[in-house]
Parts: sequence; C-alpha cells; structure tokens
Amino acid sequence: MTGDWKRFLRPGVTLPFCPGCGHRILLRHLLTAVDELDLDIDGMLFVSGIGCGGWIPSPCINADTLHCLHGRAIPFAVGAKTANPALTTLVVSGDGDLADIGGNHLIHAARRNIDITVICANNMNYGMTGGQVCATTPVGAVTHTTPSGNIYRPFDLCALVRAAGARYAARYAVTQGPQLVSAIKKAIGIKGFTFVEAISPCPTQFGRQNRLDNVKDVYAYIESLIVPRQAAEASATIPGAVRLITGEFEDE
Amino acid sequence: MAVRTVRSSIAPGRHFLSGADAIVEGAVTAGCGYFAGYPITPTTEVLERIAVRFPEVGARFMQMEDEIASVCSCVGASWAGKKAMTVTSGPGFTLMQEGIGHAVMTEAPLVVIDGQRAGPSTGQVTVGAGDVMQARWGMHGGIPTIALSPWSVQELFDVTIQAFNLAERYRTVVFVMAEAATMHLQEELEVPAEVELYERDKAPGQPPFGCDSPDGVPPMPSFGEGEKLLVTASTHDARGFRRTSDPGTERVLASRLHNKIMMHAPELVQVEAHLLDDADYAFIAYGFTARSALSAARTLRGEGVKVGLLRLRTLWPFPQEAVAALGCRVRGILVPEMNLGQMVHPVAAAATCPVVLHPQMDGTVIYPQPLVESMRRLAS
Repeated sequence: MTGDWKRFLRPGVTLPFCPGCGHRILLRHLLTAVDELDLDIDGMLFVSGIGCGGWIPSPCINADTLHCLHGRAIPFAVGAKTANPALTTLVVSGDGDLADIGGNHLIHAARRNIDITVICANNMNYGMTGGQVCATTPVGAVTHTTPSGNIYRPFDLCALVRAAGARYAARYAVTQGPQLVSAIKKAIGIKGFTFVEAISPCPTQFGRQNRLDNVKDVYAYIESLIVPRQAAEASATIPGAVRLITGEFEDE
Repeated sequence: MAVRTVRSSIAPGRHFLSGADAIVEGAVTAGCGYFAGYPITPTTEVLERIAVRFPEVGARFMQMEDEIASVCSCVGASWAGKKAMTVTSGPGFTLMQEGIGHAVMTEAPLVVIDGQRAGPSTGQVTVGAGDVMQARWGMHGGIPTIALSPWSVQELFDVTIQAFNLAERYRTVVFVMAEAATMHLQEELEVPAEVELYERDKAPGQPPFGCDSPDGVPPMPSFGEGEKLLVTASTHDARGFRRTSDPGTERVLASRLHNKIMMHAPELVQVEAHLLDDADYAFIAYGFTARSALSAARTLRGEGVKVGLLRLRTLWPFPQEAVAALGCRVRGILVPEMNLGQMVHPVAAAATCPVVLHPQMDGTVIYPQPLVESMRRLAS
C-alpha cells in the first residue's frame, strides 16, 4: 500500500467522464482498493462492456484491459479466467450492460460461482446513449424513453445475484467511500463469484431529466434514497417506495 | 511465425472414426486449450466428446448459457493465451456473429466449427449448406474471413488442424464449414505421426494492433505478460487506444484487416481439380456435395461426356483465379448446392462461361443421379 491510487492510471489518458459523474469517484475507490490490497497489477485483468461504465477500466487503468461487446463482459471474463486462472479478474461495467442486455450472463456466472468479481457502476439509466430507462431505473423516474415516469420496478441486483448463488454482494453509493473500498477489497479476496454494486450519480442525463439541476442536487437525491441494511430490515416495506438498501449481503 | 512439430493425439495409422470425433482429435492435436459451446443439433456430438476428451489432456471445457456466451468466452480465452474453439450450427452461428466480429476486430485467433443446416431460422436440423454466405457476410462490417470446406472424415481432422494454424498465422477467425453429412459419417482416416503447428508470434513491447506493412499481422501478446494491454473492438490505433471519431484510424485498421486476408489469398486458397484436364464441362462443388459431383462426373465420362470437378476446399477467400481460369476453358459450369444458391453467385461473377445452379434445400444430401441429369441438360 502506497496511498497513491493515481499510479494505476494509464499515462496520457484524460479521464473521459462528465463533470460530477460518479464513475470517476468509483475509479478512485477501485484503485484505492487495489493499492490497499498490494495486488500485482500485472496479474490483474479488467474486463468491461459498452457504455460509460465500460470506460472506467478502459482506457483509464494501466493494466491488462478487455473492452467487450455490449452486455458480454462477463462471458469474455469467464473465458479469460478459465484459460488462465492466475489472473485476478474483475468485470467493471454499467447497470444497462450487466443487468439489461447482459442479465443472463450475470446470473449464470453467479450460479457457476466463477472466481471473478463484478463491479456494477449503477447510474440508473443508459448514460452514453443520452439517458434512457434501464433495468435499474427507479419507479417514477423520467428518462427519454419514460417521459411520464418509469412504470416498471427495477432489479435489486444484489438480491438477484445472491439468489443465483453469489458468495458475496454489497451495495454502496460512491459517496460512501470507506465502505465501498472495503467491500471491493473483500469481494476481490473471496474465492468465487462476488458482486459490488456502486450507486453512481449521473448528473448529465439522469439528473437533468429529473429536475436535479445541480450536481449537488443529484448527490442529495441519491443520499436521500439510501437506507442501511439493518434499518431496512427493522422497518416495514412500503410498496413502491424508492430506496437503495446499502450494506453487505453474504452467508452468515 | 514459429512452427513446431507435435505428435498426433491418437496413434498414427488407419482409424475408423465419425466426423465429429475427427474434429475433436484434430483440435486436441492442434493444441486447443479452451473450448466453449452450447448444445445444438447436429453438432452436439462434438460438445459431448470434448467434455470427456479435453479434461484428459488438460484443456478447458465450458458449456455456456448460450452461443453468444460461448463465442465471447472463447475470445477471452484466446486473449488469455489459449488456442480456442467453439462449435455450433445455423441458428447458433447467427447468434455468434457479433462475437466473431469482436475476434476479427481485436485480431484474436479463433476456430469456429459450423455444422450447417438448411435454415432459415430453426429450419431443419439435418443436412444443408445454409451458412456459406453467412461465413463471409454474417458479421456487420464485411471484413473478410477464412472459411474451409472439408468433404470427408479425413479432412475434418486435417482441416481442423489447418484452421488453428491459419487462425494463429493471420490472427483471425477461421470457419470450418462442416455438415451433418460429414460430421455423422463414419469412415476411415489416416492419422499422421506428426503435424506442424504455428505458434503465436511474441514481441514484447511491440504494438499489438498495428505494423508497418499494410497487410501485416502484428505479434500477439496475452494477458498476464505485463504488457498492460488495451484490447477493444472499437476503432483503435496500434496500441489499442480508441479513436472512434478519427477517419484515418478506421481507414488504416479496416484496410489492414481486409488486406491481411485478401492480399494473402494466393497462399490461403486451396482447390482440387478432378478429371479437368480435357473437360468440356465442370462441376464446381464444395463439402459433401462434391462427393456426389465427382461420382456424377465419372458416370458421365462413362457415357462419353467429358466432365470434371473443381472442388473448393477454401470457400473464403473465394478461389477467384481458379474459377475464372476454369470458366475460360470449359463450355459450362454446374454448381450443386444444398441451398437455393449461395456460392453460385461468386462463381457466376468470376466465370465467363454459362453457370447453372443445381439447388436442393430439403434436409437431404444431393445424390449423384440428379447431378448426372442436370449436367446432361447443360451439355446437350
């Protein structure tokens, strides 16, 4: 551990994220976790799909990176990990990539307990294509394809992968830095399929369409949805309520 | 390119095997280290045999959740340093096209065995040659690929090994366009004592996606070698940086991917001439259908009609020069196909003589006798 997460950034790369994007913060948390684990970066492989989340490792991280087809990061990672089990293999991609188009691969990798860690940068919409509804958009949220508000319930991705067999899942917002870094470290350290969902605010698309005009308004909105796991378990579930239950989900 | 000689995976000499088993032993002999697939008739026998055979030789086998995942995991394995292969049939081949495009664009060696059906859609699960155009034009972007067309159990063994060698040599996808007619066939084959294998070129520090030559193949590093690779199927420069808005980068990359196959067509294309020296008419055929065409040619010669066969062992790149030369020498060409006309189009474009299609798309093989009759009509 050196405390210098920036040493893992690829030289010459300008970070490709919009002002206020949570993905940049997630990149810092991810590389902080790698630094604190004292991992050999040359023994790591970062696999990503298409979308803003796919740009977190590619080209930002100065390590082996594999930028894949939309939705298919996990099967590419399964092949690479199976072919060379010595590679510490992480999939870092967006919610649309992993949960919509790639949802089937997500649950099958969890079911097979493939020894990879999947980090989902959840910005609650398709950011790169301009802000459309996806499988994690909260009920009621406005997007370009739900102009009257989203009527479909979002996936609880941690519950989904746990039901499919994931050894460990965790959900934190990128504003919960210490918890998120700790969860990523724990997930990488566990042998088997692990999943970390990072709620990552998208001011440019999600914020603008939902009258969250300032970056700080988007962050305040995300924080208003956070309910720690213990508090959520102690309270009655309100049907249709939009909330993000944060914490770790694992076998007792 | 480094070449190494290895022993065959089974004892040298004569064997009596199914086509499916010949493919598997070809793959084992070629050093395939990773296979992923999904059950589909008529190729499931290969999947089942590999599930037993690969663990015996320390190679990895995965049955994935669909054909998309199968081909994508093979590309991941190829980049992780293993020779990779998948097997499928028509509907699965269609699902795989996007992953095939990723392998072509990132220049990941990959072998795809396609036990073709008639189609379209789920169609019939028996015999057909429905995918020969899909092998060339299935993926968006239209970059050339290599497609081989075996006609016997012997060739399913030989061509599978050749496919791995070409995939490594050209860093691309190589298709083995098989058919149930050959994969389910049991016949003799001669297994050589040794075969030559191409090994991936390594040049640490060199750009993995560009070279000075406009038709060149760069060296290929693997994950875990400390190269800090940037692998992407988006338009990229020689070091892998995305340059998706730069016309020059796309021009250089797309034209090199095109040229590295098309400018090497003379060394890639293989055809076989049968009874053509004095022929007035010729069949041009491929795969199992070429067996019937050869039989028909012999029958017709017995009747005094000088007929021969040009067998396309390589479908893509298309044997342009051989077909054009034949078209200048004979009075007519008959193209029998287990579809309603696919390879007849490039044949007709290359040959100056009359070209006639003998189509059959009903899930059965083309027998020699209808070809004898078709050729009689053409020759009369």
